[in-house]
Amino acid sequence: MTLPNGWEIVVGLEVHTELKTATKMFCGCANRFGAEPNTNVCPVCLGLPGSLPVLNVRAVDLAMAIGMALHCTIAPSTFHRKNYFYPDMPKDFQISQYDLPINKGGYLDLPDASRVSIERAHLEEDTGKSTHLGGSGRIHGADRSLVDYNRSGVPLVEIVSGPDIRSSSQARAYASELRGILIATGASDGRMEEGSMRIDANVSVRQADAEFGTRCEIKNLNSLRSLQRAIDYEAMRQVELIEAGGTVRQETRHWDEILGATSTMRIKEEADDYRYFREPDLVDLAPDQAWQDRIRSQLGPMPAQRRRELTARLTSATQAQLDAVEVVIDLGLDRLVNYAADGGADVSLALSRAANELAGGIEGVDRLTPEAFCATVLMEQRGELSSTQAKTVLGELLASGGDPHAIAGTMGFEQLSSDSLGETVDELIERHPDEWTRYREGDEKLAQFFIGQVMKATKGRANGKAVIAELQARR
Amino acid sequence: MKSAFQIVDEVRRGATTAAAELATCLDAVRARNEELNVFLYVDEEGAAAAASRVDGILASGGDGGALAGVPIAIKDNMCQRGIPTTCSSKILEGWRPPYNATVLDRLLAAGAVPVGKTNLDEFAMGSSTENSAFGPTRNPLDPSRVPGGSSGGSAAAVAAGMTPLALGSDTGGSIRQPAALCGLVGVKPTYGLVSRYGLIAFASSLDQIGPFAKTVRDAAMLLEVIAGHDPMDSTSLPEQSPSLVAHVGDGVAGKRVGVVRELIEGADQDVVDAVDRATRVLADAGATLVELSIPELRLGLSAYYLIAPAEASSNLARYDGVRFGLRVNAEDVSAMNEATRTAGFGAEVKRRIMLGTYALSAGYYDAYYGQALKVRTQMIDAFRRAYREVDLLIGATAPSVAFEFGSKTSNPMSMYLSDVFTIPTNLAGEAALSVPFGTGEAGLPVGVQLLGPGRSEGLLLAGARVLEIADGRP
Repeated sequence: MTLPNGWEIVVGLEVHTELKTATKMFCGCANRFGAEPNTNVCPVCLGLPGSLPVLNVRAVDLAMAIGMALHCTIAPSTFHRKNYFYPDMPKDFQISQYDLPINKGGYLDLPDASRVSIERAHLEEDTGKSTHLGGSGRIHGADRSLVDYNRSGVPLVEIVSGPDIRSSSQARAYASELRGILIATGASDGRMEEGSMRIDANVSVRQADAEFGTRCEIKNLNSLRSLQRAIDYEAMRQVELIEAGGTVRQETRHWDEILGATSTMRIKEEADDYRYFREPDLVDLAPDQAWQDRIRSQLGPMPAQRRRELTARLTSATQAQLDAVEVVIDLGLDRLVNYAADGGADVSLALSRAANELAGGIEGVDRLTPEAFCATVLMEQRGELSSTQAKTVLGELLASGGDPHAIAGTMGFEQLSSDSLGETVDELIERHPDEWTRYREGDEKLAQFFIGQVMKATKGRANGKAVIAELQARR
Repeated sequence: MKSAFQIVDEVRRGATTAAAELATCLDAVRARNEELNVFLYVDEEGAAAAASRVDGILASGGDGGALAGVPIAIKDNMCQRGIPTTCSSKILEGWRPPYNATVLDRLLAAGAVPVGKTNLDEFAMGSSTENSAFGPTRNPLDPSRVPGGSSGGSAAAVAAGMTPLALGSDTGGSIRQPAALCGLVGVKPTYGLVSRYGLIAFASSLDQIGPFAKTVRDAAMLLEVIAGHDPMDSTSLPEQSPSLVAHVGDGVAGKRVGVVRELIEGADQDVVDAVDRATRVLADAGATLVELSIPELRLGLSAYYLIAPAEASSNLARYDGVRFGLRVNAEDVSAMNEATRTAGFGAEVKRRIMLGTYALSAGYYDAYYGQALKVRTQMIDAFRRAYREVDLLIGATAPSVAFEFGSKTSNPMSMYLSDVFTIPTNLAGEAALSVPFGTGEAGLPVGVQLLGPGRSEGLLLAGARVLEIADGRP
């Protein structure tokens, strides 16, 4: 969307990602989504009197991995307390990083070659989760509130971009690229629908090259689509407000997915006063060079590089293929495509099968070995399997794993020898002389007729391309 | 009353049993607890079980641990599983922690018998135990006077002969000052020497658990058991517990003792005289005296009354009525928070939460909290310079002997001045102790303070032992 009358959108994003650690940030409780409420809790994450936090080293590993992938400087850092009252925050303060974050000053390059600066990526703990019942359904005015502290103390990294984003689609591209990086580092599963990646957007508008306008913060956008729609809505709202002679008020706004609109959540009359001070129960965090080197050495290639490498294997890529590359990189399937290509498979066929069949059954992809994927693509490529058969074999591999040759055998997909296919074609020509004559005279539609007849006669075991080759040879 | 040393010896030899010692202790509690208000909760059942476990181990040939069969009183700001833990505050009334503080686990493992929870100034904020929501504790040596605070209940338990040992916590003098006022040995260990896990926080960067005892050796025995690294406390020192008991008799020959002007100025004459006499005793024992002035110590009180309340304002936020303790219902969550805290906290706690919130607020942080942190750094540097010249420092623990009830409650500032000599050690994270030395006004005990750098507990206890002998307690 472009704004009218020379207005420009200015966006900065704050992305919170839950880290995929086995245990919580400051205690030994399991970090697991979807457990029975208040079962993964202990004195520490319930904030019981006398309890003390002990930092989970694995959370530091993952935070550094994110920082390194975003070209940040890993810096000596400290923890602070952010003080405010909220019932799902058991200590009534959040342990976070303030003026000395672990990752400072990086950037993220987007597929369109634009660059967004990263101000910081710091560690903090998550809060519990409130459910408000009855009445207004919000914290004020509900009849009852229930709190689940399973999420309390789950490690988070908050990634703060500079105010460099100039459109909702760029914001979406940033979030999507960042999500790919979080998955690639192993720091997060990137599941926005489960809340493991949550986005706040700071949105303002200005006339091109003018000073930044007053910004509004839209909280808790939990899909890429919501992010894009919310920014567009909010920017238009601000433009209309200003053009009608009003002024934008700095505030926190809520995005309503159903109404497709933002609304005021909290007015910021003055800056929030969180009374930050050094967390006296924790010591400083300054990972030494050896620790940093260990994390850096474990870091695999990031999506941008993988996208470049995969695209380079395609000879003159079509738009459809570039789209397929996006899907494959996003889901981390490029590993399989590259393995197959290295094993002699056709890149575009492997890419297509990955972007469609594997992406469609992604939850089973761990059952599929790179060898099995490569073998299946090769069988299809050599005509040993029809495309329909190859898709069926892949479906079976995703559902229960196994060996593609064995699966093809069990399913009766062992391909017809060309001798027996030739015999079948001869028989059919004899039985349908009129159709054969019309085909010979150039009616190409009749090829489909013969393929259908061959399939019927072979119970689908023939390869369509092989049938056409046989017909051509007899024309 | 037997010393802890004597009980361990007799229990191990079979001359007595843990159960018999517990019975003696409970008799003493029954005799005076109503009058003195020492224990808020006596855990007869749990204590009996702990004693019988020790007796069982000894009967089957085990050694029973370093504190086998010794009854001990616990300040009611340390968590003990299943036992009411109140911090002497209405806001925690009825709360029973589901876990043990690390010190409790260590005591039990060493064969000690925790008898119950003792009274304190609410959330350890005070110097007389008059700020308890459950009434003041009386000084067993003169019930018309305070026992000091905030660990007044623990000090009174030992002074009244109810238990030979007690645990206190010291944030600005809360072990040393009541030890002085009750005629006991009280140690504020180096920050990080004793785990804070399960100690309900007042000011996290200053709080430290430590022992009360009638003798230096008993204090050393208890400190040895509770000290040493704990992975549950990130600020815990990395090393194992030091050997202290073995060095109690080492003396101070060849040690340099700094006599610090700022650690006696403003004290009553009887206190000044006692410190003078104690200084000469150390010199007679072979120590070299060095006159010192450390002007930075004068800034301690004001820095402390910004840093400690600032941390407290955050530490005490969790008492919000949501999950445990008191809840006063109201129309919504914020109103419930406010009503609960208004009803649950006493005046001194509210005062410090207000002070601390203010000191951390935007626009005031630099002038107050930030400034106090700078003073703290100066204090640390000043002590470090002093310890390049001397091995330990000597001064008064408290400006006066035990004072009368109500004499300082109307003016918070005069109460705060009770801790003027003890606060600097907490700010610097170093070690100090108070040892009784002679008597002052009304025949009441005077405490002399010995201060040393981090990890100097062995030397301080050896110095205290020299004074103890000279004071007629061989």
